[in-house]
Amino acid sequence: MYIIVVGGGKVGYYLSKALVSEDHEVLVIEKDPGKCGRINEELGSICMRGDGCEATTLTEAGTGRADMLIAVTDEDEDNLVSCQVAKHKFNVPRTIARINNPKNEAIFKRLGIDVTVSSTNLILEHIEQEVPTHPLMHLLTLGGGDMEIVEVRVPPASAAVGRRIGELPLPDGSILSLVIRKGEKPQMATPDTIIEAGDQLIAVTKPELEEALRAALTGV
Amino acid sequence: MNVVIMGCGRVGAQLATMLDAEGHKVTVLDVDPYSFRRLPSSFGGTALVGDGTDQEALVKAGIEAAAAFVAVTQGDNRNVMAAQIAKHIYDVPKVLCRIYDPLRKDLYGGLGLETISPTTVFAQMLKERLAA
Repeated sequence: MYIIVVGGGKVGYYLSKALVSEDHEVLVIEKDPGKCGRINEELGSICMRGDGCEATTLTEAGTGRADMLIAVTDEDEDNLVSCQVAKHKFNVPRTIARINNPKNEAIFKRLGIDVTVSSTNLILEHIEQEVPTHPLMHLLTLGGGDMEIVEVRVPPASAAVGRRIGELPLPDGSILSLVIRKGEKPQMATPDTIIEAGDQLIAVTKPELEEALRAALTGV
Repeated sequence: MNVVIMGCGRVGAQLATMLDAEGHKVTVLDVDPYSFRRLPSSFGGTALVGDGTDQEALVKAGIEAAAAFVAVTQGDNRNVMAAQIAKHIYDVPKVLCRIYDPLRKDLYGGLGLETISPTTVFAQMLKERLAA
């Protein structure tokens, strides 16, 4: 595939390195001559100096035949415009934008960017997972933020302990899918599964119901 | 008419002053509070520190009840992003966006944004003056 990467900072550098090693044809567009030079030295001559939001630069880069454009600068508005120019002027089939401000995720979707990756959210999620006391952890976001998969740990004091899943006051729009118990294989959650203290429950939920779900499973 | 202006540079401040003098309800947004020095002491509108690409700042500035939104910061991309948020997310009836780069202006014009490129306009004016 021919892939254009806009932005040659840390993310752009390591992304390009990975893509090159997978034998893709890669072109990095970067404004800063220093960063550009470093990429050309270390990854082979794959970096072009220029503004990846400008149609002239993108024409020169052969964007018309690109299979994908990935914008990973640290400015959200630049990533948005790069992707929109690629999509609407050059008909690039797939555009991916890095987002720094998590609030922009929904906006980018509305404005036609195919895939967004929120670096801030990813870092937060990873740190959350390492904080053992947090009762609800995000595992995966689906459908552009409409659904998510979360893990809830049932504390010993929870009112849910000893009750069947079928009788728990779970909010409509979230379902328990998997029960992970120490020393046992994960099992599918059924209405008859009885919750035990310390269970790790994997649930699919709408983001706005997260709090109600947590309350139903961990509330005293 | 409620108007939100993003960017309190020379153009933004002057437009705000003119609209305010005509009795419109004007809110100016800028990330740099020092830029508000350009507004005259008689200015009766609101000056808010905030980023016009941030939805919270836009809501604070009253975007939901605005009849018009004008994006005139120094950054083409910031203007484009804010203008699209105003138009597509908040359904502001009149959205104007300054884009210095004529190529980008044409593209976003084609995508339905009302765009003005001072580069093209001013070059054209200079050319006409030279011919006169």
